[in-house]
Amino acid sequence: MVAPVTTGVGRADRAAPGPGPGRSRVAWLVVVPFLAYVGTFLVYPTVSVLAGAFQDADGGFTPTNLADLTRGAYLRAFLRSIELSAITALLGAVLGALLSWAVAGGAPDGPLRRVVVAGAGVLAQFGGVPLAFAFLATVGFQGFVTRFLRDSFGVDLFAGGAWLFELPGLTLVYTFFQIPLMVIVFLPALDGLRPQWREAVDSLGGTAWTYWRHVGGPVLLPAFLGAVLLLFANAFSAYATAAALVSQGSPIVPLQIRGFLTGEVLLGRENLGKALGLGMVVVVGVAMGLYAVVQRRFARWQR
Amino acid sequence: MAAVRARGRVVRFVVLLVLGAFFLLPLVAMVEFSTRGAGGTRGLASWAAIADDPDLVEAIVVSVQLAAASSLLVLVLLVPTMTWIRLRLPALRRLVEFLCLLPVAIPAIVLVVGMAPLYAWVNYLLGDSPLTLAFAYAVLVLPFAYRAIDAGLSAIDLKTLAEAARGLGASWGTVLLRVVVPNIRTALIGASLLSVALVLGEFTVASLLNFDTLQVRVNLLGKRDAGVSIAVSLMSLLFAFALLFLLSFIGRRRRAAVGEG
Repeated sequence: MVAPVTTGVGRADRAAPGPGPGRSRVAWLVVVPFLAYVGTFLVYPTVSVLAGAFQDADGGFTPTNLADLTRGAYLRAFLRSIELSAITALLGAVLGALLSWAVAGGAPDGPLRRVVVAGAGVLAQFGGVPLAFAFLATVGFQGFVTRFLRDSFGVDLFAGGAWLFELPGLTLVYTFFQIPLMVIVFLPALDGLRPQWREAVDSLGGTAWTYWRHVGGPVLLPAFLGAVLLLFANAFSAYATAAALVSQGSPIVPLQIRGFLTGEVLLGRENLGKALGLGMVVVVGVAMGLYAVVQRRFARWQR
Repeated sequence: MAAVRARGRVVRFVVLLVLGAFFLLPLVAMVEFSTRGAGGTRGLASWAAIADDPDLVEAIVVSVQLAAASSLLVLVLLVPTMTWIRLRLPALRRLVEFLCLLPVAIPAIVLVVGMAPLYAWVNYLLGDSPLTLAFAYAVLVLPFAYRAIDAGLSAIDLKTLAEAARGLGASWGTVLLRVVVPNIRTALIGASLLSVALVLGEFTVASLLNFDTLQVRVNLLGKRDAGVSIAVSLMSLLFAFALLFLLSFIGRRRRAAVGEG
């Protein structure tokens, strides 16, 4: 694969001074390794999932896999996943916007901002499994807070059941990476607010409330809505934290897909896993599509 | 008006304090948990056990090698392609951008479903070294690396630089290695740091394709020895933090472009 490309560059070399015939074909060769790689490791797996969702065990066309998603445990998992993602997206967006606002007040190159942005990056994008363990150390059966509450106040965090390993626990832990993601995507939008606008409101006798109600809020609204969509997609796609926390049962879609990959599910229905994958792509795709629309609106606004 | 500003500062401070505490609490708890000794004492036994666990050490080595291999692979794929497209094939720019940003819209867990049969072939052809995961990881890193490199290339006058070098008789390879690469150095370092952090924290693909990387091992360990796995977790979080903190100094001017989205 590499050899024809290097000779291709060599030929382009000789042909370089003027546009000759076949030169454009040679120019295309340089892009071949990239396209071959992306085709093999990104496009092919994606297409195979999307196509497999419509196939039975013998490769024939069947609508059964997708039909199965609309009832029973699979439908419930989708609804729970959507609920979890929506709740944590809203919580994360509101709290993250507050945190961004508090950080944006400081110096743009100050240590506070550097620390918060780096910390946010770690928790939002690279946390995964460590995040699950962080919460085991905090509010797990033997966690720091659990012990403290039990020894000092006689309060049992787990009186109501093993909530940390179920949906309420996932909501708490997901919020922990949603807020940081909000900081990452919302901070640049906050930086777009010009101090002169605030000064103008001040000099016209407006209050902080007037400013946020009539200037800051409306300007930031598209960015905020876009961020909510992005956070939703982020939570919906997340797998690692949930997988490390929930080892039994599959309350959400990604964990159900795990069941198919680890062979815990009935034989001959492997393509049901692909149907779940297609379902995820559709949900995330809709969220990202809306995000792109809002982004475009926002970009027009800024100009 | 000064009173209003002062009140704003107080609210700001309170928000930082409350959310700061919310985020620091689990980290403090990890320190507390990982330093528990026998019978209510404090000790570093869990931390010392990291080095004593050969499987864990091996997993760390594998992850570090993978991090290096993945960032190298993504740079080797993207830098010539993106440079060439800006110079010669602008028509392909939208397609390459689309392909590079596509992994954002496809959950990693879904990619694994499609990659599982592919990896049967990869392992058949190349052996089942965990380093083959670099192919999958380069996909996950693609959007980050694309944005970083794109920002880097946008910041220089690529056409003029390339034409000048070509006019002086440089080959395309020389243009790439001795003109383009040094000029977008900070963008490349930024892309690499992000890739390294992402690979060291990756769990989904490795665990479902059955490769023993750091996070897979940490998760497994959690069932046997919570103290050690929490110590390693804290270590990997702090290491990723150090990488990103470093990045905030390197990519000073380009941070906005890299961090966006």
